[in-house]
Order: sequence, then structure tokens, then C-alpha cells
Amino acid sequence: MSEAVIHEEHHDDHDHKPTGIGRWLFSTNHKDIGTMYLVFALVMFFIGGAMALVIRAELFQPGLQYVDPVFFNSMTTVHALVMIFGVVMPAGVGLANWLIPMMIGSPDMALPRLNNMSFWILPFAFALLLSTMFMEGGAPNGGWTMYPPLTLQLGNAFPFLIFAVHFLGISSIMGAINIIATVFNMRAPGMTFMRLPLFVWTWIITAFLLIASLPVLAGAVTMMLTDKFFGTSFFSAAGGGDPVMFQHVFWFFGHPEVYILILPAFGIVSQIIPTFARKPLFGYESMVYATASIAFLSFFVWAHHMFTVGMPLAGELFFMYATMSIAVPTGVKIFNWVATMWRGSMTFETPMLFSLAFVILFSIGGFSGLMLGITPADFQYHDTYFVVAHFHYVLVTGAVFALFAGTYYWLPKWTGHMYDETLGKWHFWLSTISVNVLFFPQHFLGLAGMPRRIPDYSVQFADFNMISSIGGFAFGFSQLLFLYVVIKCVRGGSKVSDQVWEGAHGLEWTLPSPPPFHSFTTPPQVTDATAHS
Amino acid sequence: MSDAHSTYFIPEPSRWPIVGTLALFVSFVGGAIMLNGSGFGTFILGLGVAAIIYMFSGWFADVIAESIAGKYNQQVDVSFRWGMSWFIFSEVMFFAAFFGALYYARQFSVPWLGGEGAKLLTHELLWPEFFADWPLMVIPDLEAFASSLYHEVIPAWGIPAINTAILLSSGLTVTFAHWSLKKNNRKGLCWWLFATVLLGFIFVFLQAGEYIHSYHELNVKFDSGIYGSTFFILTGFHGFHVTMGATMLMVILARSIKGHFSEHNHFAFEGVAWYWHFVDVVWLGLFIFVYWF
Repeated sequence: MSEAVIHEEHHDDHDHKPTGIGRWLFSTNHKDIGTMYLVFALVMFFIGGAMALVIRAELFQPGLQYVDPVFFNSMTTVHALVMIFGVVMPAGVGLANWLIPMMIGSPDMALPRLNNMSFWILPFAFALLLSTMFMEGGAPNGGWTMYPPLTLQLGNAFPFLIFAVHFLGISSIMGAINIIATVFNMRAPGMTFMRLPLFVWTWIITAFLLIASLPVLAGAVTMMLTDKFFGTSFFSAAGGGDPVMFQHVFWFFGHPEVYILILPAFGIVSQIIPTFARKPLFGYESMVYATASIAFLSFFVWAHHMFTVGMPLAGELFFMYATMSIAVPTGVKIFNWVATMWRGSMTFETPMLFSLAFVILFSIGGFSGLMLGITPADFQYHDTYFVVAHFHYVLVTGAVFALFAGTYYWLPKWTGHMYDETLGKWHFWLSTISVNVLFFPQHFLGLAGMPRRIPDYSVQFADFNMISSIGGFAFGFSQLLFLYVVIKCVRGGSKVSDQVWEGAHGLEWTLPSPPPFHSFTTPPQVTDATAHS
Repeated sequence: MSDAHSTYFIPEPSRWPIVGTLALFVSFVGGAIMLNGSGFGTFILGLGVAAIIYMFSGWFADVIAESIAGKYNQQVDVSFRWGMSWFIFSEVMFFAAFFGALYYARQFSVPWLGGEGAKLLTHELLWPEFFADWPLMVIPDLEAFASSLYHEVIPAWGIPAINTAILLSSGLTVTFAHWSLKKNNRKGLCWWLFATVLLGFIFVFLQAGEYIHSYHELNVKFDSGIYGSTFFILTGFHGFHVTMGATMLMVILARSIKGHFSEHNHFAFEGVAWYWHFVDVVWLGLFIFVYWF
């Protein structure tokens, strides 16, 4: 289908947008809802980032400097909850909202009202969670994993924490149902599953993970709630239960959750690298199968988070081998990204730079994950800064870097303006250098035995902590530049073409920049030539 | 493709999602304040629940009006089907968490407390008097929980077996209702639906009787150790879902009486019927693993 035809149909549609605050409160439009998700994630990124800076300020030197230990523990706990549920997940859903209908050639999401509710729950759920900072007994401070019996000792914040988790779960499940219904039912004629852009594929698989794992988390925290207020003994050995059982139920959710955070990032990078290498994605089918394998395996590896808790030997071995096996499909993906670039005509705009950094730095996080997956080695690393370094490599230089890349990549499409490339590159280099100064020394700290979630440490750890804190502040303040670039681009800039990037393929690039309020009122016919891969 | 009827229906901006969000928010705030020990919270919770009911009736009224106005084409219908299926799947996973807790307690935590396998010292050092058994009649630490000695647990082959028969037959009656609907026999549809609702409420009534019996005579309570905890959380959430399902069936019954459904266009009926089969299947799991074995 030619672009001209699409334009004409959208003029017929007289593109009427609702106005005022009602446009956002009552929205049934995937683009507006996507924008709200992304703005919300950006706001929460700075809130969660401020908490991280409190942590790094306290750890700048040994001894207790600025905050009391209970508040420090609240910071580690709430920082994690904000970054996971308030930043990476909403940003991923925001991208899904914006892009999936445009990529599959549909007018909107399948269930637009449900879509609105999925978003609006988030600010209210975080109001519940963040209000606990001002309560008697303080905010949650037993770690984001909420293990009993420690978390059961929380003060007035406890039921607010539990209900915030329930509330967020409702939002994610509704969002996931919507994405599945959209992809399964709203594809344009000719948009077969094996022609779907990889971003769409990673999101269907993520949506399955969400629907299968978040209800389990809801169950786990419900049992916590009844243990606290109704005298049940799920997590109390005195009544025949077991606190370790919470860890099993929690991580049955928690491990798929880490793939919920990273799979959309894989999808973003799989869109960007082919564009700037000017070659189709290498091994498209194997990418799809690898993503599905990772998701499937993620349900059988949960106990690698609890090797030191005292499991039977058979359990330790099973979960070790199952964990190692995930390295195979993940390796397939890394090799495919590299092979896509092989002999490509590469250029290095900001989205590509972030994607390249993603491939390299995520691999570092992947390898340290492999180290942690070896049971006997994990007995040494468990609950040390090595774990902190590992998951920040996969989540910051992995998930967050991919989100940066995606933002730079699609921002011109969304706004119709090109972002400031020079500042974008500055943002990239400042972030990439500082994030390594921030997290790389934490590997050494962890291997030397520094425990996580403790506000004070032995003087032998002082040097690396100081370096890490300097990196932390540099990374944190570099993000203000990102904010500036985004605002500047939204407000204006040089006009871009529909295709934006010379090497970009796929339906979203056939729409005008910015796209009309409703994407494809008449579905386009997709053929091999117009399909993304 | 140019036919107006084949255009996918995108609803106009709607206030129901934000009303629903606020209603849930008020309920959660109220519930949390109530659990923290303030009676004021109960009042807020009540307000929130009322708002949730208001949201559901308003939202569904809109959807029903749109459906009757013929705004939904085949493709919209399929979206609803995907939505309902995966919603039910998420409910399955919610129950899976509690079934998991039950299996874990039976297979691991209780035997380990009794000293099984490598856990001899756990047993000797914690509660050497404890004897692992299931149903767990005597919990490890009798001081720790209010009512820790059971007289007896509910046997499978009494009321639970009758309740199984009731739910299974309600699964049949709802299928008969569907067959009637497909033959455009509205009278049959309404009567079979009525029978299904009735069986649902008889189930809930009998279950409530069992709860009273457990609390007053058997001393099996929510707070009396892991047996009571798993028993009441599983059967309690199931009973809640049966009540919800029966309420949904009543709405469908009212709509059937009004003649909202035709033999080709009755997704609402089918969605609720799927939900009803789902509570049925969960009950079979409960009957087998909670009551029987």
C-alpha cells in the first residue's frame, strides 16, 4: 500500500482529538495512553534515581553519614520497586501502546477502555506505595522481595505495600491481556505471525509472562497479608508453614519478572540494529524461537535466587542446570545481533550507540549471571555487591539503555521533529562512561565480600565505594540532559520525513510523522516486501 | 473493507476506567486503614466497594448499549473472547499460588518439621514433640496460635461430595442453557440459567454451613495452623469466585429475559459460562487435593 493512499484516508477521518484534561483522563487512544505511560515512567525514573543517589551518598564513605539505617533500607527497597514497577515496566508498556498498533497496521489497541484503566492505576498505586514514606514505622524496608518474617514486622506501611502490589498487578495483567488481544486479533491482512516485527514478538511473549506470573505474586502477598492480620501460618514454622515457601512463590513470579523487564528491550534493539546496519535482522526465526525459549525456561529456574536458603541437593542441581540452559537462547540472540552488523553499512546515531552499548554491557550482565547461576560459586556471591552489579548491568545498561535507544529511535516519529543529535551523543557518552564507573567496581566489592543492603561497610571497601558513588552521581545528573533533549525535541526541531531513518522498514514508518490520531483506520495489505523482516 | 460494519469499533473517551481506578484506590486505602486498626477505614472501604459496583454497572451498561446498537462486529467479538480467556488464565495462576502453598506444606514444610530426610536436627532443636501428619491435627508450636488443636477435619464424602455433584450439574445446566440459546429457545435458556444460578447459590449456602461447622464444632479455623490456613484460603477464594460467577449469571439471566441474545451473537453469555466452568474445575482440584487425599 502506498503512502499516498494512507494519507488520503486519514484526511477523511478528520482526525478530531478530544481536548482539555478529559483527553487524558478518559482517553481511549493508544498514542495518548502510550504518551502517558512514557511520561509517567520518566517522572518515576527521576524519583527512583533520587533514591539511588541517597544510597550512593550514604555509601560514599564508611560509617553512617546522612541517613539512619532504617531509612537507608527503605531507600534500597522503594528504589527497586519504583524502578521495576514504575519505570521499566511502564516504559515498556508505553512503547507497546505507541508502536504495536502502528507496527501491525491496526486502528488502535483491541480494548481501548481497558487500556486507559491499565495506565491510570499506576499513579494511584504509586500514591499508595510512596505515601508509606510518611507513615509511622517508615516505608517498606525489608527489600523489594518482601521476605517474611522481616517484612511482616513493618509498621503501618504493611497493608499499603501489599495493596500497592495488588493494584500494580491488576494494571499489568489488564495491559498484558490487551496486548495479546491486539496482536492476535488486530493484525492487518497479510501480517502473518512470522512477519511481525521482533518488538511485537517480544511483547506477546512478555504479555504471556505477565499473565502467568503476576497473579502468583498477588497470591504470595495475599498470604503475607493474612499471616499478618488473620493469624494464618503460611510463612510460620510454628504453625506448620515455612518462611522459605514465600521465597519459592515469590520467585516463581520474580524470575519471569526479570524477563518481563528485559524481553521488550531485546525487541527494541532488534528493531534498531538492522536499521543502522542497513541489513535485515539476521536469523529472524531463531530470534523468535530464542525469545520463546527464554520465556518458557524462565518458569523453571526460580530457585537460583535462593541457593543458600537450604534446599535439597537435587533442587540445587536442577535449578543450576536449568539456569545455565538459558544462556543458550540468550547467546543465540547476542550472536544474531552481532551477525546483523557483520559487513553492514553502519552509521552511529544515538539509538545505534545505545543499542551497541546494550549488546556489550548486557552481555557482561549475562556472564555475571552465569557465574551466579553456578550453585557452589553462588554460595560465595550470594547477597553481596556482586549480585547488585549483575542485575544493574542487565537492568540499567540492559533494559534502561534499550529504552533510551528506543526513545531516540521513535521520538522523531512521534513528534515529527528530529532530536538534537549532538546532545544525544553527549548523553550517550556521559551515561555509558559513568554507568561503568558506577557499577563495574561493585563486582570487585562483591567478590571481596561486601554485603548488599547495609548502610555501613568495612574500611577495606572504601576506595571502590567512593569511585562507585562518583559514577552514580555522574550517571544520575547525566539523565537531566536526556530530559532536556526529550523536551527540546517535543517542543520543536527540524522536520523529519515519514521514514525518518534511511534504513528503517516496517509499517510504522509508512505513517506520517507525527502519525494521525488513529493509526490505520483501513488496514494496509502487508506483503513480504513491506513486512519488517 | 470499505463496508462501515467491518470497521473496528473504537469507543469514544469514557469516564468508567478512571472511575474504576478511583474506586479501587479508595477501597485499598480504606482496607489498609481498617487493617491498621481504625474503624474509619471500614467506612472508606465500604464507599470504595460501592463505587466499584457503580463502575461495573455503568461500564457494562455502556457495553450492553453498544452491543445492542450493533456497533460490535465479528472482530470486536473475537477481541472480547481473547480478553476473557486470558483473564480466566490469570485467575488460574492466582489459584496456582495457593495450590502451590498447599503442596509445599504437605510435601516439604510439614515433613521437614517432623525430621524427614536431612532435617533431623531441625526437628530435634525446634519442636521435638512434633509429629508430621496430614491433615495436620496438632501444629508444631501450640502456644503460637490461638486454636491449634483440631477435633476433626471435614470428611470428603459428606457435604463436599454433595457440593461437587451440585457444581458439576450446574456445569451441565449452563451447557443446556447454551444449547437452548443456539436453538433460539429463549424459554429453555432462561430456565436452565435459572437452575444454574440456583445451584450456585445452594453451593455457597452449603459451603457456609460447612464453615460454621468447622469453626464451632471442629475447631478448624483460618488461624489454627497450616491446615486451616490452606483450607480456608483455597475454599474461601473459591467460594468468593462462585459468588461472583453466580452474580454474573444473574445478570445474564436478566439479559436473557429481556431478549438481548441471539443464536449468533451472545458473547456475554459464553464468557460467563467459561467463567463458570473455570470455578467448576477449580473446585474439582479442591475436592481432590484439599478434602479427599
